[in-house]
Amino acid sequence: MSLGLERITLEDGPATREAFGDALAEIGADERIVVVDGDVNNSTFTNKFAERYPERFFNVGIAESNMIGIAAGLAACGKIPVASSFSTFLLSNAFDQIRMSIAFPNQNVKLVGTHAGISIGEDGPSQMAIEDVALACSLPGFTVIVPADGPSTSAATKVMIETEGPTFMRCGRPKVPVVYSEGAEFHLGKANTLRDGDDVTVIANGIMVAMALDAAEALASDGIAARVLDMHTVKPIDVAAIERAANETRAIVVAEEHLAYGGLGSIVAMVVGERKPIRLAFVDIGDTYATSGTAEELLAQYGLTPGAIADAARRVLKD
Amino acid sequence: MPTARTEARADLERIARTLRSHIVEATTKAGSGHPSSSLSMVEIVTVLYFGGVLRYDPLDPHNPERDRFILSKGHGAPGLYAVLAEAGYFPVADLMTLRRLGSPLEGHPNMCRLPGVEASTGSLGQGFSIAIGHALGARLDKRDYRVYAMVGDGESEQGQVWEAAMYAGNHGLDNLTLIIDRNGNQQTGAVADIQPLDPLDEKLRSFGLEVRTIDGHSFDEVSAAFDWARSVSGRAQAIIANTIKGKGVALLEAGQGKWHGKPIPPDEEAKALVEIGA
Repeated sequence: MSLGLERITLEDGPATREAFGDALAEIGADERIVVVDGDVNNSTFTNKFAERYPERFFNVGIAESNMIGIAAGLAACGKIPVASSFSTFLLSNAFDQIRMSIAFPNQNVKLVGTHAGISIGEDGPSQMAIEDVALACSLPGFTVIVPADGPSTSAATKVMIETEGPTFMRCGRPKVPVVYSEGAEFHLGKANTLRDGDDVTVIANGIMVAMALDAAEALASDGIAARVLDMHTVKPIDVAAIERAANETRAIVVAEEHLAYGGLGSIVAMVVGERKPIRLAFVDIGDTYATSGTAEELLAQYGLTPGAIADAARRVLKD
Repeated sequence: MPTARTEARADLERIARTLRSHIVEATTKAGSGHPSSSLSMVEIVTVLYFGGVLRYDPLDPHNPERDRFILSKGHGAPGLYAVLAEAGYFPVADLMTLRRLGSPLEGHPNMCRLPGVEASTGSLGQGFSIAIGHALGARLDKRDYRVYAMVGDGESEQGQVWEAAMYAGNHGLDNLTLIIDRNGNQQTGAVADIQPLDPLDEKLRSFGLEVRTIDGHSFDEVSAAFDWARSVSGRAQAIIANTIKGKGVALLEAGQGKWHGKPIPPDEEAKALVEIGA
């Protein structure tokens, strides 16, 4: 099977983790903000906050369970704790602490998981969060954000801090293409229509948004008009945007850097099934762990490419 | 401004008997719950709330200056609810709604539904970490409140307790006191048989905490331990309170290993209440 368009452009803009770290430092004068770190601040870029506001920065060591509990206690004192680590250590290692100490009592803690997905590359599957979106979305009351690029991550960081309630934001390791202009607005729960079309809709988030735009370009040369939605907020999902897509286009392709079960694809399928059943196709990691390799190699190997999105669109339109 | 309530010794003894009777009656009426785990902590919570330790105001339960008591061993909820009711957070009559649909007195504490509950607990091992967050909050806001967290000895098998101990010990949180309700038993048997903790005092000391071991049913020793804790400067403190699971009810005291998570049967209740003597 040809994947068609193979261009994976990972290097045009900052990594979303770095945009998060910059934005957090930028708004850090807000004394409500405290940062709790699991000794990865130079990877998550919360070190930029720490340099400016050391008295409100707590490196608790490699102890994610304790980190989450401390964040919950600080939230109960009226602080806005940002607890940040590699996404898999945050969500998978400390899941019960997140459930019990944050979600159940509805504490205003902001979890920011970096190094999500397989695009972390060489470090391999032990470091790859590919279940994190499903885990976070399963928690009642949680808001779940997967921004596409630097500017939208920066905007999302600020909105996250200003919005009351437990939140998970997912960031990536590699530099990623810039999709939005600097200063772009970010509205929680509102998908952005980045390109309009009436044949097929590609719903994507994170690193897959830029690829969806590339795929739409390729599809256009075949005479297929693809709508591209950046579904940056996975929970609460933008039901209206999905329903419109189901009514106005013939099929939907969902693209995410996550396992097949429980992520964006599953949630879109729930909405489509209930509101307006149409054909769906899914571009994701499937039901498997990855391996080591470069980010580009892994994305190609596991079918997370513009070509894979375009192929999925052609296939689902043909059926 | 929250203040401490300081009752006379005879009143503390009377309050402890009252709490014990609440624990027995509420769990027997509910038909489930953990009376034995609650009975072991009675003198400790009595001194905390009525013996001049915690500064609190039941009419203003979220006052930022209040001292905090976090029950990490959430299955001790009937004991916590009994003392909160007697302290005035909600009517004593509500205790008899324990575990019923619609009641905020859930099987394990839910901070969103019941005033005076500082943390939602019940999945063991988490309350000490939450207490550290509160203790750091006091430092950040330059408030002088103190934080007390109670864990069980069985609960101390959880790794998170030791992550928290390491942090508290390393960061000199002298506004934080860990209380270990060492009743010696967990769900299926004795802690000493399942995962022995000794030397518990040396372990905690080596993590950087100041440690004192007491008889957790002696008002004198419990009161003195809290006086001591408040006098310690520059270090978090741990009070290892040796207690008896089911204290005050002969059936439970004699049946160690058999009564975890089980209420006293209705036909044994009257005898238990006589023994308690409330």
